[in-house]
Amino acid sequence: MKEDNKLPNFEKAVLPHLDAAYNLARWLVRNDADAEDVVQEATLRAYKFFGGYRGGDGRAWLLTIVRNTCYTWLQQNRAHEPATDFDEETHGVENVTPETILLGSVDRQMLKDALEELPVEFREAVILRELEGLSYKEIASVINVPVGTVMSRLARARKRLQLRLSGKEVSS
Amino acid sequence: MNCQEAQHLMHGYMDGELDLLSNLHIEEHIGSCHPCALAYQNQQALKDAMSDGSLYFNAPANLQRRVRSLVREADKKRRGQSAWSWRWLAAGASLALFAIIIGVLVLGQSGANNDELLAQEVISSHVRSLMANHLTDVPSSDQHTVKPWFDGKLDYSPTVTDLGAQGFSLVGGRLDYLGNRAVAALVYQRRQHYINLFIWPAMGDASGQNKMAVRQGYNLIHWNRAGMTYWAVSDLNISELQEFAQDLQNQK
Repeated sequence: MKEDNKLPNFEKAVLPHLDAAYNLARWLVRNDADAEDVVQEATLRAYKFFGGYRGGDGRAWLLTIVRNTCYTWLQQNRAHEPATDFDEETHGVENVTPETILLGSVDRQMLKDALEELPVEFREAVILRELEGLSYKEIASVINVPVGTVMSRLARARKRLQLRLSGKEVSS
Repeated sequence: MNCQEAQHLMHGYMDGELDLLSNLHIEEHIGSCHPCALAYQNQQALKDAMSDGSLYFNAPANLQRRVRSLVREADKKRRGQSAWSWRWLAAGASLALFAIIIGVLVLGQSGANNDELLAQEVISSHVRSLMANHLTDVPSSDQHTVKPWFDGKLDYSPTVTDLGAQGFSLVGGRLDYLGNRAVAALVYQRRQHYINLFIWPAMGDASGQNKMAVRQGYNLIHWNRAGMTYWAVSDLNISELQEFAQDLQNQK
């Protein structure tokens, strides 16, 4: 019977993606212990709602739940953090002057710090794209925005990173 | 294309997400604009640095273990609950069976015809298959697994049709006993509803219209075709069950 296969199906389709789940959670909540809590909660939620899984990419499906669990957690625990100004429409206006510093060898610690400082909406787009290698379409479905918005967020996020790494102040 | 546009679109270009024409425009612009070429080089270096895996956090082994065992626990709990509800279902089904037996006795006395008795048997068999947790002997959604399984168990070979594309997934096959003979039972599923399809060689002239009936809340459709008798029974609504019968008949 179908119900009897729930556990093996879940173990096959979803559990192989715990690394991806943890990586996203760790970058969104920025703390080991909290990321573990979030992944644990998200995976149990995923199991509960596995009936709604309609095949397809188990990773993107799990990441959507992890991401939502992270946002709930951030709201409950980090609500005091200032919300970022978020202006989807005016993209790409930050800087069109020539970059002078080539990022020949990027310092990993600096890069990690710069990523952690990004507003969470930018950070998640970068993590899903560069670390998970998701397509724009997959990212759009995980973070629930149109595909065009995905490129705008990536463009803005990368420009911020670039500025930060070249030692300039980022004006938000 | 101006520099502002180019420095926006180059991200889609870098990620391989642009259409061919936009790709060409970007390449053309970068090829002829030094500042944008530099910006592109920088962005590419940044992208390479981020995607080399050094920034990836793998799930700690203890988290992996914990999550897996918690999921298993949740599964056990769920099964416990469903076993509990199975007991109620079984109790309900026993009552239904009792009602059927009474019905058969009453109808038998009033001279019910052969089809009517068979309909009762078909329903009993359907209920029993759900109740005793013995839905299938050969659980498989592959018609080429289910059909050969009946070889040597029956003195005929039932047609096993895959209706997955029509939204009736094959769950498996089972040997059953109806009308004083061994018959093939194929089990299909739509959503949470199971359909038992019983097949055996028809007696007498085997063709004609679908016959429909409702008994104890179950829907039945019966037809003869190509020398075989078919009975489909389910708690699925009658129009979808008709669709099921139609799909089967369209197959051959």
